Amino acid sequence: MVRVLKLELKGITKRFGSLVANDHIDVVVEPGQIHCLLGENGAGKSTLMNVLYGLYEPTEGQILIDDKPVTFRGPGDAMAAGIGMVHQHFMLVPVFTVAENVALGAEATKAGGFLNLDDTRRKIKEISDRYGFDVDPDAMVEDLPVGVQQRVEIIKALVRDAKVLILDEPTAVLTPQDTDELLDIMRQLKSHGTSIVFISHKLREVKAVSDTITVIRRGKVVGSADPGASTTELASLMVGRAVNLTLDKAPAKPQETTFQVKDLTVIAPSGQHVVDGISFDIARGEILAVAGVQGNGQTELTEAILGLHERAQGSILLDGEELLGRSVKDVLNAGVGFVPEDRSVDGLIGTFSIAENLILDRYDKAPFAKGISMSPATVLENAKTRIEEFDVRTPSGSLAAGTLSGGNQQKVVMARELSRPLRLFIASQPTRGVDVGSIEFLHKRIVAERDHGTPVMIVSTELDEVIELADRIAVLYKGKLVGIVPAGTGRDVLGLMMAGLSPEEALADAARKQPATDPGGAAAADAAAGAAAGPAPTKESNQAPAAHPVQESSSGAVGDDHE
Amino acid sequence: MSENNQPRHSAEPDPERIPTTQSPDAGPQDPLGDDAEFVTTLDTAGGAMRPSAVPVSAQSGKIPGAEEPDSVLRKIFTGNGIVTILAVLLALFLGGLLIAATDKVVAATSSYFFARPTDFLAAVWSAATGSYVALFQGSVFNPRGNGVAGQFAPLMETLTIATPLITAGLGVALAFRAGLFNIGAQGQIIMAGILAAWVGFALDLPVGLHLLLVLIAGIVGGAVWGGLVGVLKARTGAHEVIVTIMFNYIALYFLRYLLDTDLFQRPGETTPISPILDPSALYPQIFGSQYRLHLGFLLAIAATVFVSWLLNRSTIGFEFRAVGANPKAALTAGINVPRATILVMTLAGGLAGLAGVAQVAGTEKVLTDGVAATYGFDAITVALLGRSTPWGTFAAGILFGAFRAGAVQMQIQTGTPIDIVLVVQSLIVLFIAAPPLVRAIFGMNPRKKKAATAGKTQKAATTGGAA
Repeated sequence: MVRVLKLELKGITKRFGSLVANDHIDVVVEPGQIHCLLGENGAGKSTLMNVLYGLYEPTEGQILIDDKPVTFRGPGDAMAAGIGMVHQHFMLVPVFTVAENVALGAEATKAGGFLNLDDTRRKIKEISDRYGFDVDPDAMVEDLPVGVQQRVEIIKALVRDAKVLILDEPTAVLTPQDTDELLDIMRQLKSHGTSIVFISHKLREVKAVSDTITVIRRGKVVGSADPGASTTELASLMVGRAVNLTLDKAPAKPQETTFQVKDLTVIAPSGQHVVDGISFDIARGEILAVAGVQGNGQTELTEAILGLHERAQGSILLDGEELLGRSVKDVLNAGVGFVPEDRSVDGLIGTFSIAENLILDRYDKAPFAKGISMSPATVLENAKTRIEEFDVRTPSGSLAAGTLSGGNQQKVVMARELSRPLRLFIASQPTRGVDVGSIEFLHKRIVAERDHGTPVMIVSTELDEVIELADRIAVLYKGKLVGIVPAGTGRDVLGLMMAGLSPEEALADAARKQPATDPGGAAAADAAAGAAAGPAPTKESNQAPAAHPVQESSSGAVGDDHE
Repeated sequence: MSENNQPRHSAEPDPERIPTTQSPDAGPQDPLGDDAEFVTTLDTAGGAMRPSAVPVSAQSGKIPGAEEPDSVLRKIFTGNGIVTILAVLLALFLGGLLIAATDKVVAATSSYFFARPTDFLAAVWSAATGSYVALFQGSVFNPRGNGVAGQFAPLMETLTIATPLITAGLGVALAFRAGLFNIGAQGQIIMAGILAAWVGFALDLPVGLHLLLVLIAGIVGGAVWGGLVGVLKARTGAHEVIVTIMFNYIALYFLRYLLDTDLFQRPGETTPISPILDPSALYPQIFGSQYRLHLGFLLAIAATVFVSWLLNRSTIGFEFRAVGANPKAALTAGINVPRATILVMTLAGGLAGLAGVAQVAGTEKVLTDGVAATYGFDAITVALLGRSTPWGTFAAGILFGAFRAGAVQMQIQTGTPIDIVLVVQSLIVLFIAAPPLVRAIFGMNPRKKKAATAGKTQKAATTGGAA
């Protein structure tokens, strides 16, 4: 049993110039508790934890450990005091083994200056056995799935005797199964006396695992909540206003089918068929949601439609016109609106102004340009209209797009794509890394586009989003289309399909498992609760417990998730 | 005027920047998690320098509702511009110390420094200022000159030398804005010089038409030489830095070969020099025959206006800037990136070609293998100093022209070696490449500023360090 430790943050204020990132924050982490810091992106959670971990010096306030004030001049001090941190983006050397990574920074040497990893190996084994981590100390980190890499990070902290573990948005890069396992690990750590500070904006997880919830909004503590509180309550506390988590969506009125994909195959440079013989169609006034775990061909599918892939075969028909083999510009001009999955890489130019970003794919068309001469006044005028229409929170359209928050950046991309007449609208991860308040708005706009009579294709790895928006759901697994099921299909069935089971198998399996499943697993119970309370806003989808095979394909998610 | 539309370098984290330990959650959606240290490490050549962690809106003291005019001011006051100017001043100061160190009087007075330190200091002062005054007199205004014409002769000389620097610098700057390092201005100048000179001395054409043809031939020569690099880059992915450097050699040795052939060598000469260009092929001198200043300078001004318009007001410039700032997003938005690459290198080559024409049809009037001198390489420095903006490059070109023009006068008057100018130029590059160093020297590091403002706004703060 480790020595328990009480941690207190008292009146922590952190300013960056005139910007107040943390404003007199008081948090007490009781020994052996899972304490959740809940807040939207940009609320100041990470700044607070960086203060606690010694990366920032607080402008005001104190850190108390067991009621004694301490000062951390760097992460080394924090570690020595028993605080460990697992960063959202792992701090591991990919070409090192697990043991080497764990030893890094505190390497023991044998006579002659040779590295001695025996001790580290033994400790890793010990911790791994105690918590059932199943981590091989000699495995190369780059070969490990994301979930296991995260465990290595946790081991790194535990080897250094961390009594308080800070987990910064730990589930952002995880698949639903990995998430459930992580929540289990957190409970185990707690039972062994380790306190955990859990940073998240995902309500479902927070409710499942926390003992205490502190809600932070705009750098201030706005209150604490009981894990028993409803998701709606938590969401409105987090956002600061009432949030409507359920989308008012009229039933689809599909009209004629105008968009067809036939036998689409995309071959990666490695020769792998990343999209493998996919066929589907979308009718006007219908939303087809493509579900699947990250890295199963969704990216390539959308990119192939846009014309970004040279090695694509098959046929993509829009109103009978072949899109395959045409340039991106032609495809866009044909009336395809495209929201890429990673807005900061593909969707926006951070150093360009918002106004320029709003015309990124129409800069050479009237009224923004006459010949090759552009009209800056029209560009700004357009920006004013779009900013107002899409409620982009910015003082001016001439500011750089990079200064906007994730949600507002996404609104800019969406505003650009939706502000011209469309014949097809594709949105990849439309609400990834977007705050709760904006999600509601973006979803409404997508549904509005559908009701306007446009065929809409949504690609999302978040099951809740898929369930919420879809009129039909297509599930991808390893580049193949597992099946297309109607809206209203249960999340357990979808979860099994995401693991590669055909719809029939999945249905049968789910029906068989349903009564047998032990709802005592908190995740499952939570899934049920979540489903009852209506879909939560930003959340990981829980899958049926049988869906293990997905694990292997999950490693593709590491680098892709930037939030 | 023209610079309002260029991408603003904000204080916010770059969307595509790599995550670090310092701010793991500080994605683009998290302005609060930003960090000053991080900001200072993101500097890139050409001026994508982030001055501080404070959002732009908070920096410029005024509400950023004012759309256009605030950006120039903001840039000057928040780092970029001011650091450039400070870098120049710092280089001049260090250059002054160096001048003093090589001065005989200073050496003599230093032997009795402890007896009469004022002598030493006065000697240092007079050595440095004397040289710089001579530099100024040799480059801008010489009060001892023969009448008004003679007094302004140095300025005319400065502008003459600045002409090729400006146009070649624009070529480098334009390519840089599209994300390409054009090291090949030297080769582009040479190829332009070859074509322009040949049209100039070999063809016999009427006045006006002849010069026009010389001009076109030069621009085409540079454009083709630059455009080839663009084609290689776009089609095969060959790196433009390697290709341009190699193209410089090809151009130089091609020129040397040509000057050895009957086609180019002046009849009856054994040295590699071409015939003098026909008078009808030469740029007219702007202020008469007593100055060397020629039409090329007016064309350099026109080129600056053109590039400024192109970058900030045209769809082509929009494409260039988009490709330079985020090629993936440009591709996704339907911009033809290979085409933009070829086009920008062609235009950059054409601009450098204008410098070649200025050399053969304006300043030198003949073609030698020294036609490009080191203008093509100095152009890189000029573009860097001008932060890759058209008018910044223009100003930097004039400054470097002044250094070169004044250096001769400085050596004649004070015996300070010409090379000191090279040292000052090199120091400028060094300081511009290391903005944190300049900011540290002048005590304007964002970190310190942050601490200072924080200290002011809060009283009796229990800082973490004090606890």
